[in-house]
Amino acid sequence: MKKAGFTQAWLPILLLVPQLSIILIFFYWPAAQAVQSSFYLQDPFGFGSTFVGADNYTDLLGNAEYKRIAWFTVIFTVSVTFLSLSLALLLAVKADKVIRGAKGYRTLLMWVYAVAPPVAGFIGLIMFNQSWGPITRTFAALGHDLKIGVNYWDTAGAMIAVSVWKQIPVNFIFFLSGLQSIPRSVREAALIDNRSASSRFWGVTFPLLAPTGFFLLIINITYALFDTFGVIDTLVKGEPGNNPMTLVYKVYVDGFRGNDLGGSSAQSVILMVLVLALTVFQFRMVERRIHYT
Amino acid sequence: MSDMTNPPRRRLRLGTIMDHAILIIGVLVMVLPLVMLVQMSSIPDTEIIKTGPSLHFGDQLDDNFEKAMFGATGFSGENAGTRMLMNSLILGIGFAVGKIVIGMMAAYAIVYFRLRFATLAFWVIFTTLLLPLEVRILPSYEVVQNLGMVNTYHGLIIPLIASATATFFFRQFFRSVPEELVEAARIDGAGPVRFFIDILVPLSQTMIAAMFIIMFVFGWNQYLWPTMITTEEGMFTLVRGIKQIVQVLEGNRVPEFGRANLLAIIAVVPPVLIVVFFQSWFVKGLTESDK
Amino acid sequence: MAQVSLNNVQKVYPNGFQALHPTGFEVADGEFVVLVGPSGCGKSTLLRMIAGLEDITDGSLHIGDRVVNHVDPADRDIAMVFQNYALYPHMTVRKNIAYGLQNRKIAKDVIAGKVAEAAEMLNLNDYLDRKPSQLSGGQRQRVAMGRAIVRDPSVFLFDEPLSNLDAKLRNQMRVEIKALQRRLGVTSIYVTHDQVEAMTMADRIIVMNAGRIEQIGTPSEVYHRPASTFVASFMGAPPMNMLPGVAENGAAHLFDLPIADQVAARGEVIVGIRPEDLIPDATGPLAIEVDHIEDLGAHRLLHGALRDARLTVHVSKDVEVAHGPLRVAIKPDAVSVFDVTSGARL
Repeated sequence: MKKAGFTQAWLPILLLVPQLSIILIFFYWPAAQAVQSSFYLQDPFGFGSTFVGADNYTDLLGNAEYKRIAWFTVIFTVSVTFLSLSLALLLAVKADKVIRGAKGYRTLLMWVYAVAPPVAGFIGLIMFNQSWGPITRTFAALGHDLKIGVNYWDTAGAMIAVSVWKQIPVNFIFFLSGLQSIPRSVREAALIDNRSASSRFWGVTFPLLAPTGFFLLIINITYALFDTFGVIDTLVKGEPGNNPMTLVYKVYVDGFRGNDLGGSSAQSVILMVLVLALTVFQFRMVERRIHYT
Repeated sequence: MSDMTNPPRRRLRLGTIMDHAILIIGVLVMVLPLVMLVQMSSIPDTEIIKTGPSLHFGDQLDDNFEKAMFGATGFSGENAGTRMLMNSLILGIGFAVGKIVIGMMAAYAIVYFRLRFATLAFWVIFTTLLLPLEVRILPSYEVVQNLGMVNTYHGLIIPLIASATATFFFRQFFRSVPEELVEAARIDGAGPVRFFIDILVPLSQTMIAAMFIIMFVFGWNQYLWPTMITTEEGMFTLVRGIKQIVQVLEGNRVPEFGRANLLAIIAVVPPVLIVVFFQSWFVKGLTESDK
Repeated sequence: MAQVSLNNVQKVYPNGFQALHPTGFEVADGEFVVLVGPSGCGKSTLLRMIAGLEDITDGSLHIGDRVVNHVDPADRDIAMVFQNYALYPHMTVRKNIAYGLQNRKIAKDVIAGKVAEAAEMLNLNDYLDRKPSQLSGGQRQRVAMGRAIVRDPSVFLFDEPLSNLDAKLRNQMRVEIKALQRRLGVTSIYVTHDQVEAMTMADRIIVMNAGRIEQIGTPSEVYHRPASTFVASFMGAPPMNMLPGVAENGAAHLFDLPIADQVAARGEVIVGIRPEDLIPDATGPLAIEVDHIEDLGAHRLLHGALRDARLTVHVSKDVEVAHGPLRVAIKPDAVSVFDVTSGARL
């Protein structure tokens, strides 16, 4: 707060009312409902509900399918995060280095930021089309028959590929801006201190990018967990069947399609706890992060 | 100096060529899919099911554009391209404007006023940053349903606004505005409303522009929430419509790839143009969030 | 240890801007040369070309007896101290100093010995395990120096190393750097825009302006016999008085007063006199109207008019002064005469 702040009593409250009321109605109320209904068993025909304690949670944690989906979510998140971060870093380092065409490269590498996830999924459907998709053809030429929507791991690979493609631009933008904020003289000092370009990168540039990288790590995990919904839903054409899915997709499938409100709510609560843990971890790391000057 | 006598220089050149090669591969991976969409919608659907995407550009773009924008499909025949485009614009602009206006007001109250419950208000607001809509999607739907807001624009937009990203950005920005400004304004006799309108809003122009771009793209690209909250085809946005397009593709004997691809292109072009055209604002606004 | 020589070195940027016109000079082994000039004069570009951070468009650069035009910065056997120190923020002081040595595959105990020696020399012993962000400006400056020293380079390059320090610390570090350089005897090239640093530190000064060298000489030569009006006004505070004069019959005249002989030119000239070379003297030939006095403690500056020209007189603190008319004499042989159009010394 500013020291010389205004002292009116009614105005700030008036200013806060829209924000607070929207948050209370559309954030806290649903969040509380999720927690509450996670302890109830909803009658599938809508005739009331029964308090079942922690049954929904124990059911979930004992459920083999849920465990499988949780595992897939971990694999999916790690792959998407690792691949999109490392590819974006490679491109950002190169785009930062070249002099000619730097602006053109920057624009062409970041525009995909504006592509909606389901549209990315739609593009994926074409690329991986069973009979003539360019990627399917390439794999066929290499001796592997891709069967998207049929083969579990083929589908998983396609989901990861499309999600990475969609996420590279954001990471690229942040890495490039992080690289450009490293003082020029520090890089020049490294140029004088070290003749090997790769050792300069790992010894000086990379550690100086660590704060950006850490911030992006969290962003990417959140993206892979939640924002890839559109990619996945489009790639499986809304029919998950035996295809891989992530935890968020499962919440949607169970709650919206299966009408298992209690189980779905319990899943929501588990995800909330997961996100909260991630955030606490982020805050603790931020406190320890490197500061310049 | 000739390269023959100076080997180190030649090594440098080779490195530069490698750099460009990597960047060009990256650009191709990013751009070719869009080129492919365009190519596919320029040839007849009957050709696509035989050959798939190719290097041959045909003359069907106009026809397919016509079909995509004005041809009605679906059960009610209401989700023509024009209708979906309008809904997308309403969602994108409504979301961005709502978020910016509400966020600026709240941030102003938090930063510039001595408030009794300031800390409480702060925590109540900023806790919302922790949980994305996706994790509380079902109960949110229930609430909107209870309020009778399903298949309405406000039911579509307002719950999306229930997170404090914009408030947080503006709070950060207001705190970086020099303290002396508010002191000077008070000495000059400006009250809080005057100060906000005459000084703070003009100062925030770039920030507002950057926020608008980011929020517009975010709103335009929403998928899960519109999928749940809009069931009437007249309410579909372009991005929401993709689901429908994919399902229609499945049903037809000759899938209408030309039409579908064009709708996908229309769904992509407006946000892409905004991001590319206002690149520097957008990049600045986005990367500031790191601070 | 090595000498540095530049032969017709020039720099043209891809956009056609000529940052440095063809330039040549030699820095002797162990010599301390200061490049001085206003910002944008090309002095930093020149230094960065010597370091290998900028390409040399044309000409040749020798360090020792090697042509190093296309040698990587790391292989030029130089060390550089940057304006903002350029310390690696994620490394401790110890690592910062040792980094350049580690990359040269030098034995660990040798590195440790050198770091300890440099830390001792620079009073950094208590700070070796801190990060740069925990140091004061002066301490960071010392770390930057330490990083340069441990490498035992044949040339030190300094790019305005003191300009981020406050005035007091700057004076102190100036003395320290100069003393250190004397002791180590390493050839040094030092860029600054501060003429006091140039005067006090340099064995030789190179004054630059608009991508060209205006003058090369010892501090005394540059100060007392400036090669151009630019050098005359850039070196010295307050700057040299520039007065309108006329040259005829082999002598220069200032308002009909003959003040310099052996001047070959004819017609209008510029007469330059340092403020301290004007001496209050009741019988002096020049009549000045003093209208403003600045008292600087140790000395005073009298600002006044000589007919329609403005000038400044520097007097010591015990000379009685007052506003109004004052007669001054000119110290013999202290007058510089410059061409009106080119500004070159005549």
